[in-house]
Amino acid sequence: MDKLLVSKRMKGRLVQNAILQAIFFFATVLGLIALMLLLSHVVMQAIGWLDGDFLNNFPSRRPEEAGMKSGLIGSLWLMMIVAPVSFILGVGTAIYLEEYALKNRFTAFIQTNISNLTGVPSIVFGLLGLTIFVRELGLGRSVLAAGLTMSLLVFPVIVVAAQEAIRAVPQQLREASYAMGATKWQTICRVVLPAALPGMLTGAILALSRAVGETAPLVVLGIPTFIAYLPSGVLDTFTVMPLQIYNWTGRPQEEFQHVAAAGIVVLLGFLIMMNSVAVLIRNKFQKRF
Amino acid sequence: MMATKTKETKVAPLTVGSTAAMPTAESGEAKGVVYETKDLNLWYGEHHALKHIHLTIYENKVTAIIGPSGCGKSTYIKTLNRMVELVPNVRIAGHLAYRGRNIFDPSYPVEQLRTQIGMVFQKPNPFPKSIYDNIAYGPRIHGIRNKKVLDEIVEKSLRGAALWDEVKDRLRDHAYGLSGGQQQRLCIARCLAIEPDVILMDEPTSALDPISTLKIEELIQELKKQYSIIIVTHNMQQAARISDKTAFFLNGEVIEYAETSKLFSNPADQRTEDYITGRFG
Amino acid sequence: MGIPTNQEQPFSVREMIVENQRRQHWPKRMEKIAPKLLFTLAALSVLVTLGILFTLLFETIEFFRRVSIVEFVTSKEWLPWNEEHGSFGVAPLVTGTLLTTGIAMLFAVPIGLASAIYLSEYASERTRRIIKPALEVLAGIPTIVYGFFALTIVTPLLQNVIPDLEIFNALSPGLVMGIMIIPMIASLSEDAMSAVPNSIREGALALGATKLEVALKVVLPAAASGVIASVILGISRAVGETMIVAVAGGSSPEFTFDVTKSIQTLTAYIVQVTTGDAGYGTTIYYSIYAVGMTLFLFTLVMNVLAQYISRRFREEY
Repeated sequence: MDKLLVSKRMKGRLVQNAILQAIFFFATVLGLIALMLLLSHVVMQAIGWLDGDFLNNFPSRRPEEAGMKSGLIGSLWLMMIVAPVSFILGVGTAIYLEEYALKNRFTAFIQTNISNLTGVPSIVFGLLGLTIFVRELGLGRSVLAAGLTMSLLVFPVIVVAAQEAIRAVPQQLREASYAMGATKWQTICRVVLPAALPGMLTGAILALSRAVGETAPLVVLGIPTFIAYLPSGVLDTFTVMPLQIYNWTGRPQEEFQHVAAAGIVVLLGFLIMMNSVAVLIRNKFQKRF
Repeated sequence: MMATKTKETKVAPLTVGSTAAMPTAESGEAKGVVYETKDLNLWYGEHHALKHIHLTIYENKVTAIIGPSGCGKSTYIKTLNRMVELVPNVRIAGHLAYRGRNIFDPSYPVEQLRTQIGMVFQKPNPFPKSIYDNIAYGPRIHGIRNKKVLDEIVEKSLRGAALWDEVKDRLRDHAYGLSGGQQQRLCIARCLAIEPDVILMDEPTSALDPISTLKIEELIQELKKQYSIIIVTHNMQQAARISDKTAFFLNGEVIEYAETSKLFSNPADQRTEDYITGRFG
Repeated sequence: MGIPTNQEQPFSVREMIVENQRRQHWPKRMEKIAPKLLFTLAALSVLVTLGILFTLLFETIEFFRRVSIVEFVTSKEWLPWNEEHGSFGVAPLVTGTLLTTGIAMLFAVPIGLASAIYLSEYASERTRRIIKPALEVLAGIPTIVYGFFALTIVTPLLQNVIPDLEIFNALSPGLVMGIMIIPMIASLSEDAMSAVPNSIREGALALGATKLEVALKVVLPAAASGVIASVILGISRAVGETMIVAVAGGSSPEFTFDVTKSIQTLTAYIVQVTTGDAGYGTTIYYSIYAVGMTLFLFTLVMNVLAQYISRRFREEY
């Protein structure tokens, strides 16, 4: 065995290791760097366009007067439907699967079905909503039709998060409750759910922010992008922030690029606020069991 | 009365206190007997975990159950309040009567049984709630909502568990801020809150330091004046210190059941002697 | 049993409980209703899948009453708006989709894998705690924002390098979609690599292997099934992605593999029709369901395949 050769090769191998480590690290942060560059570009574009008027104005054909009021309020209306519907649907399913379901094939089927639903493209949910809610149920292009469609799209996210949260509740707590003579439902309501609530809320907020940022299903439903009034009920037509951004992005005038950039800043700011709440909840209740 | 291999069966039924106010009492109930076990068998799937158990447990006594791990002592105590049924694939056969009533009787709601049987677990398991809400949990699920009544129950239970003086100024604090020993006494207080008849303790000090253990043992001595206590322990000294009667389990069978002093000083069965002298287990 | 207390007390908790147990029927009723109610909610998720399936199926059947399925599958022309020479061959939409997906994966797979290796084999616990959530941010950006990036920033940049690049093209949305998919591949692959037990790593390190050799020759092969599954899920995601390609990919369904040209994907076609408001009941209206069905089947096969691979080839450590 030629020791010199081995140590020479060793050096080469170590250099190779160091180089690739650097490359791997660069690859890891590449996406983040790209995002940062793109975002800073957007912010630069938005400067001068993003002001109080932008939040207070309705859309307009003149870029200087265009505003996001109807989209901002519309997104809030959408959340008012999606939040309760998807939460009840998601948490209910999760409780059933974790606490009641027998370990049989039907349960496995529901579970597989839910993970498959998360893989269905959002635009396909748009087709479902268009057929069932907009046309068959005659809800039209309303807040309700859009909210229900979005709820179906995002509730699997809540199911998964809620299942994890429920599973994280120690079995000893359930035992303690049963040993006091509590029934199953009492145990679920008073011990399991309160303990799992932070995890569920975090999941719900993530799901909700996905619903707020989604565009494709609403395009398919035919939700208008240009609306100069606010909805007064869940059966009214409306528009949301991403749709307005879509509309502005597609306009040929250079100025509308700036309007779109301003819209993006508002949308992202909105999402950051929602996610901060999720992080706060997670941190506040982190150490528990 | 007892199916142990000893001939030591003459334990006079004690009649300390009264046995009134038990809504489920049936005729034929032996005075002072809390649990009557006859030919009880239990399987986890194929595994025969409890074999032909015959055991009678008496009122206002501390009954210790000892034996090496896997001997079925924990399984037995969890059968007494039917908690064992939470394990999947459990099958039970035989007779087990609490205060003269078959606990497996379909007309006997398991919640009603468990309301009368308190349980303290191996690891302290307070709920992630305030100290107050932990104690009030039991009364609340049983429909007691009156604030004044709850306040009184909380104080009485905490006093009963010798914890009141340590926590009376911070009842609204989170229970997880307590030390391990305090948490375990909180769990005892929690089960006192619904005024049980029997308290089951499944190795209640195994997760605690010696000083906390001592406190719990003193507490048990105090509690036995009012409650019947059944305690599983892997610590023979503990059994010798605190119990009145001791049952020795091995491989799912009751090898010997006798007065504690008798069992530890003069065991009738060779296997008992081997175990208590530390030859195995 | 009396009241077991050494204190004066005006009431018996046990008596109150017994009384309540006799009186209260609501908890008992809830005990029976709750599981049924929850089961209904859980079954609803199955209903959603069935709803998608049947909606697409019925309208697709209607479409194939008007247009032959042979034409749909074999024709290389997609000209739905041409009154005289209308043609519904899905191939151009499929190639458009495959082009953008291919570019995205060419970009996302190596970078995603490199990130996964870095996070699982090199990064300290602290670095990982910072970088992983940061990568999640990438996945949380709404796709319309990525679309805006592609059209207004990336395309002009690329035009400096490739002068022939059309304003709408496959390259730019493909690249941006790649950025979006990196975190998905990185995080799923990292999970698979982290699941490889340390004893295997230590065995190789003890033989004098460098970290790189351990990562590439030991960990990566051991985690192969999870890595492959993550790539398949990435493909499925790219195929179903809508807004980026709708904004920056164009609306010219050409049967081409030229990435500099304007194309149209399956998803972008659906967007084009629904924003254009083609009348209800027209052939074009039904065509979006046929396209949607194609999309749905494709992603379904991908998802099932990914689940199968990660389950079937899961290494037993």
